[in-house]
Amino acid sequence: MQVSSSLRESLITGGKTVGDVSEDICRQVEGKPTKLWWMAFGVSLVLLGFGVYTMSMTLWNGIGMWGLNKTVGWAWDITNFVWWVGIGHAGTLISAILLLFRQKWRMSINRAAEAMTIFAVICAATFPLIHMGRLWLGFYWALPLPNAFGSLWVNFNSPLLWDVFAISTYFTVSLVFWYIGLIPDFAVIRDRAVRMGNNTRAIIYNALSFGWQGGAKTWMRYESVALILAGLSTPLVLSVHTIVSMDFATSVVPGWHTTIFPPYFVAGAIFSGFAMVLTLLLITRKLFRLEDYITIYHVELMNIIIIVTGSIVGIAYITEFFIAWYGQVPAEQYAFINRATGPYWWAYWSMMTCNVISPQLFWFKKIRTSLVATFVLSIIVNIGMWFERFVIIVTSLHRDYLPSSWSMFYPTMYDVGEYVLTFGFFFAAFLLFAKFFPVINMAEVKSIIKSSSEKKH
Amino acid sequence: MESNKNFVLGVFDDEEVLLHAVEKVRDKGVKIHEVYSPFPVHGLDEALGYKKTRLPIAAFIFGMTGTSLALIMQIWMLGYDWPMIIGGKNFASLPPFIPVTFELTVLLSALGMVATFMIVSDMKPYRWPQQFDLRSTDDKHIMAIDLATNKIAKDDIGAILKESGAQEVNDKNF
Repeated sequence: MQVSSSLRESLITGGKTVGDVSEDICRQVEGKPTKLWWMAFGVSLVLLGFGVYTMSMTLWNGIGMWGLNKTVGWAWDITNFVWWVGIGHAGTLISAILLLFRQKWRMSINRAAEAMTIFAVICAATFPLIHMGRLWLGFYWALPLPNAFGSLWVNFNSPLLWDVFAISTYFTVSLVFWYIGLIPDFAVIRDRAVRMGNNTRAIIYNALSFGWQGGAKTWMRYESVALILAGLSTPLVLSVHTIVSMDFATSVVPGWHTTIFPPYFVAGAIFSGFAMVLTLLLITRKLFRLEDYITIYHVELMNIIIIVTGSIVGIAYITEFFIAWYGQVPAEQYAFINRATGPYWWAYWSMMTCNVISPQLFWFKKIRTSLVATFVLSIIVNIGMWFERFVIIVTSLHRDYLPSSWSMFYPTMYDVGEYVLTFGFFFAAFLLFAKFFPVINMAEVKSIIKSSSEKKH
Repeated sequence: MESNKNFVLGVFDDEEVLLHAVEKVRDKGVKIHEVYSPFPVHGLDEALGYKKTRLPIAAFIFGMTGTSLALIMQIWMLGYDWPMIIGGKNFASLPPFIPVTFELTVLLSALGMVATFMIVSDMKPYRWPQQFDLRSTDDKHIMAIDLATNKIAKDDIGAILKESGAQEVNDKNF
């Protein structure tokens, strides 16, 4: 027996029936892509093409193509890596943590958010892989494989190695979780294809659905698997950004050497991830006419999470500054004064404006329920979160211990190109996903439609 | 699978009606082959008298396997096979091994559990399912009753299904 509060707004609008859900979501998959889709896909491919060119040049000539120097040995690559990993976190938060908290509003957005996680993690992984320079030897450097050096093993004490395990586990488990969710929905498309007499499509989607039938026993096991995967993903997602933050926090570089990093990075990750989910979903909603499934109410709830996480990030920035002063270590104090007033002051203040001030606008109901305002602010938040990582990484490094080594970082076309590469890949992959896979979890949405139909009786 | 299997199908479109129907049909002594639904119906497994799944146990065992393998691997590699002084710390000290141990626990637990689920549910990409009614993935719940396992006459089963709220009663032969 399900109880629905009359005070809450309905999650799915437009008086949809269970049959309407299959119809509305499968239509995208069965029909031809629209002109707008082709245009967006074309643009993504152009970006991807430029990115592949710059990446090939970097792999051929080495990472000297980038703007790195002896002082600033980590810059755009690691900034982009952390940024993309962070974006991925929202998908897991929506699909796993909100499942454990039984938040039903996640049901029409979880599929797209999980897809975003997977593509974002792939984008993130390209940066450390390329930064290894000789990518083809990376297996021996990063994985504990027997080798010709008498088996000289990898260093399990290093956070960079923890990252290898964390990111690959996160990717694999997210992929499995996402795919498990897709299985019953592929079966819907298969059965519709059988009815339409489209045999090729029926065979392809049957293979994708692993011959799903939807018996009560299978559903029982399926629900148990989904719950345990959510239970496993929740600590996993928190561990991933914690470990990413330890890449910095376990070092002795002023500005990195802080114990606040793990929670601060996790909050920032969820903050930027929700902003990216909003950017993508507002486009998807328009492109595929999903206004009844992704409603203003969904957008508003996501904006509330942005206020919460944005405020945590803001407090973390202020705490860092306070502790630098309170800790009385001159190097730390200098690092923070230099962030705000040194040669990279513009990056610091861009970060502060975009991440601390702009999300506070969502306190106004008019703004957090406005699609245009949400779209603009979601992009601003992501710009801000990119600057956050840039500020942490580059401003801490560019003032080395010896003033004679002080330096600046200037990106080259190849730094920019590889960032463009990931955008091209991300949007191309997302568009392909939205065309060939059901963008909304039909089985879950159908289960909440029934409970609202009880009102009729 | 042997040929000439005869089924009676009850078609339902409301999960509340379905849940009561399952109870009624079972009370009359009719054995239900399986109920196919487009989405998980809570309480259906209990109504059908299914035992709780043991997949959580599988997940736990796979997870513990991951924990042990990760610890054995790290302690053996850095503690015995090639000890190295890193930051003047013990060769095999536990705290830095925790992150990798945690990740491998999660990885093996998740993959092992999902593989077990796929195997016990007989899910294969090349398997074409026994489709009773194509609407069972769209918007109808299909209660399939195997005539071979029931002694009650087909027409009586049909009447029981109708009485308990089925919208349609159909035959299906394989």
